[in-house]
Amino acid sequence: MTNHWVDIKNTDLVLIMGGNAAEAHPCGFKWVTEAKAHRKARLIVVDPRFTRSAAMSDFYAPIRAGSDIAFLGGVINYLLGHDRIHHEYVKHYTDFSFLVKDEFAFANGLFTGYDAEKRKYDKSSWGYQIGDDGYVRVDPTLQNPRCVYQLMKAHYSRYTPEMVATICGTPKEAFLKVCAAIADTAAPDKTMTIMYALGWTQHSVGSQMIRTGAMVQLLLGNIGVAGGGMNALRGHSNIQGLTDLGLLSNLMPGYLTLPNDAEQDYAAYVGKRTLKPLRPGQLSYWQNYPRFHVSLMKAWFGDAVTADNNWGYDWLPKLDKGYDLMQMFEDMGQGKVNGYVCQGFNPLGSAPCKVKVSNSLSKLKFMVVIDPLVTETSEFWQNHGEYNDVDPAKIQTEVFRLPSTCFAEENGSLINSGRWLQWHWKAAEPPAETLSDQEIMAGIFLRVRALYQKEGGAFPDPILNVAWKYKIPSFPSPEELAREFSGKALKDVTDPKDPGRVLVKAGEQLSGFADLRDDGSTSCGCWLFAGSWSEKGNLMARRDNADPYGVGQTLNWAYAWPANRRILYNRASCDPSGKPYDPTRAIVAWDAAAGKWGGADVPDFKIDSAPQDGMNPFIMNPEGVARFFAVDAMAEGPFPEHYEPFETPLAVNPLSPKNPEVRSNPAARVFKDIWPTLGKPDAFPYVCTTYRLTEHFHFWTQHVRLDAILQPEQFVEIGEELAKEKGIKAGDHVRVKSSHGFIVAVAVVTKRLKALTIDGRKTHTVGVPIHWGFMGLTRNGYIANTLTPYVADANSQTPEFKAFLVNLEKV
Amino acid sequence: MQVTRRQFFRICAAGVGSSSLAALGFAPGEALAEVRAFKLARTTETRNTCPYCSVGCGLLMYSLGDNAKNTRGKIIHVEGDPDHPVNRGTLCPKGAGLLDFVNSPHRLQYPQYRAPGSKEWTRISWDDAFSRIARLMKDDRDKHFIAKNDKGETVNRWLSTGFLAASASSNETGYLTYKVVRSMGILGFDNQARV
Repeated sequence: MTNHWVDIKNTDLVLIMGGNAAEAHPCGFKWVTEAKAHRKARLIVVDPRFTRSAAMSDFYAPIRAGSDIAFLGGVINYLLGHDRIHHEYVKHYTDFSFLVKDEFAFANGLFTGYDAEKRKYDKSSWGYQIGDDGYVRVDPTLQNPRCVYQLMKAHYSRYTPEMVATICGTPKEAFLKVCAAIADTAAPDKTMTIMYALGWTQHSVGSQMIRTGAMVQLLLGNIGVAGGGMNALRGHSNIQGLTDLGLLSNLMPGYLTLPNDAEQDYAAYVGKRTLKPLRPGQLSYWQNYPRFHVSLMKAWFGDAVTADNNWGYDWLPKLDKGYDLMQMFEDMGQGKVNGYVCQGFNPLGSAPCKVKVSNSLSKLKFMVVIDPLVTETSEFWQNHGEYNDVDPAKIQTEVFRLPSTCFAEENGSLINSGRWLQWHWKAAEPPAETLSDQEIMAGIFLRVRALYQKEGGAFPDPILNVAWKYKIPSFPSPEELAREFSGKALKDVTDPKDPGRVLVKAGEQLSGFADLRDDGSTSCGCWLFAGSWSEKGNLMARRDNADPYGVGQTLNWAYAWPANRRILYNRASCDPSGKPYDPTRAIVAWDAAAGKWGGADVPDFKIDSAPQDGMNPFIMNPEGVARFFAVDAMAEGPFPEHYEPFETPLAVNPLSPKNPEVRSNPAARVFKDIWPTLGKPDAFPYVCTTYRLTEHFHFWTQHVRLDAILQPEQFVEIGEELAKEKGIKAGDHVRVKSSHGFIVAVAVVTKRLKALTIDGRKTHTVGVPIHWGFMGLTRNGYIANTLTPYVADANSQTPEFKAFLVNLEKV
Repeated sequence: MQVTRRQFFRICAAGVGSSSLAALGFAPGEALAEVRAFKLARTTETRNTCPYCSVGCGLLMYSLGDNAKNTRGKIIHVEGDPDHPVNRGTLCPKGAGLLDFVNSPHRLQYPQYRAPGSKEWTRISWDDAFSRIARLMKDDRDKHFIAKNDKGETVNRWLSTGFLAASASSNETGYLTYKVVRSMGILGFDNQARV
């Protein structure tokens, strides 16, 4: 979330799209009802189903699963066509006036530079015109046909209300009603919040769906303001934290990135990431990259890394490509992977195409499962009848199942969607022989290290040199680890403006990332969390819920990254002169007398940079402004374009009907063997989508008796019209079949799912809740991902769970 | 007004107004039989955070035992934390059932091992589990570690073993996990955010 849960109360309009907060995030959704009750805010829900959120809405518009870019592109077209945008905001705080290279173009559904064989773009034309002064050329009049505004206007002119109706199935009147309500928030004193979740991420164009939503918000000036923002409702309690900490194939903590093979030289690696300003007077905060990186390496390796060995640069593994989950299961299926550890992760349930995952796991030599509960993954080798029909004798994988503590049995911090690091305390001992995750990781690591000390082996250097100065080496305590990622001074840290002044003494905890240095004098395991445990103590454990300004910013409750800031980009809530656009919802303002920014929130800005200095609010971008034109950051193009799901009921992409290459995302990675497995509409005529229920959490609460009682048995949702066509009554058992497998479940016949007219044809949607498996206290069920295709988003490699094709029959 | 304890309760139960008797100073005589005390009065209250979705609702967990070294706490009640700015004491149907998660009969109890081709689990000690896992990992790493690529560039990666990290483990666990996984050179590393 750019904003946070309580801040939703400050909004005028809530758009829930690609999520169902009333069902999946009920206690956060409360702030929507708060805004409705006390601010007269309205709620609009756009979803394939009439969800529980829709039931609370002022207006609901149906949409076909997977067509959200077409819808939002249509909104952009409406806003630009009717000139319903926040003019001052877009002119000063976005790239509207930036000039794009003349070579850049878009035709037939493709941007310039496409290589069909590699399914990749040469992105050299996706850039700005750079002037002789080294800065991006701009046209403040916005008349130049190469400025971002003009290019964007032309791009989205194709997204007419008629085209939206064709692709999305949303009736034109409903679509226009949504547009009009959204457009009202272009007024400087009105705002909208967008709440989305996996309904936007789990698509082959998921990243671009989210980007399109963000573009709508930027046009309206709704980013950086109280009650506004792009609010990702994360699915798990610490998925935000684990992402911030970089537990992903290509990342390091704090969104630093691992080097690739070609980056053999440390200076070049770090130089490329030390982004210099692209416009005069801009902060470009990533200029501090070397401070973040060196401090991280000092936290990991301590005294063993110095300037002389490039801070251990060669100890970092280098990437020749991404090794995300789907790449790993692909490699595993080809016998290239021998060992796999699943820590609190149940891939047999959570990964796409269960049969492929199961076959891949069967090729492992060994698997380690670390979990508080019995997971399906831990028993992938066991025959569980129709739900997991395998022959154990043929599976030669050695499996270890290690019991770990749950939340109630440990101290530590979790990060919620609002980026709050909240500390929690142990309330009880774990069952029987259960150990904490820290003890388990230490148990494995210390033994591996002992073997390397004794026997030597392949490149032991990083293993032998990991800093492990924990008081009890076999149990690094949560408190020690939290202090380590927050950071400390290894030598006295002095003020660069006054070298005689010591800011932090050697050995003390740092107060924030401004204290970080690139000379090895500071250690910090995650720059983004710097200051969360300062000399003032554990700020994540704070419990003062005072809200002195009355706008819901409880700055002394827990700790928010970065720098305890609650609303990101909050400088953009003020006009260029530093005055809040809406004084009734002010969060920061320029205080000329004090010569600094201040207010209800921690300013997301250089605190003493006066408005007349011309620094812009988006300080993490080298441009200083927000981007409509993504330059080269996205795989499939600088402007989001609608592409069909890989399993689509349509023969062509209605936006580019003559180019079969662009029916689905042309830049998405598709493994060779997967193409023939993709379902076609002749055999699988119905759109299918998966989702959660409020009574269950993924594949955990099937083990929780109360939840198992509330929702004991697997079901699927079918619209009344489709049920009638198929002769299915509520309560009948039905077989839902995709190109990848089938499930059998009870049919719930509902008014919530209605047929839509897509490209002139009636199209039904089938809904599949995900919560059952073969290990629960619930009745055994089929894993929902038996049905899903093995394709993913081109940027994030997140699987396309939300739009695929199925057929249906009564059993 | 002389009443026995039992009569006192009978009077109190008779009507709304009678509860004011106690307020006026009419207390019953010596208790002969104790009513059951409010269950949570003798428990230890601990602040925690709901482990399910990302709203991050504050929890109050009540456990028997006073956290002394020689006692073993047992959680008997979980409810929303009324001080928490987001949930203000509320919980959803999942959060309200957390006690059954902590005490689920499907919690793992001890390390287990499944041999190649076997149909069953056997118990194994932690020491044996760690030693065997470490041996398997080291052997695989030593055999398949890639120090240089075809072009002779230093790459120092280990691709034949992968690691999937959690979605609900703490930052502290995540940070330590990262340190261990990357120092070994593993690239096949993801967390639940990927899916």
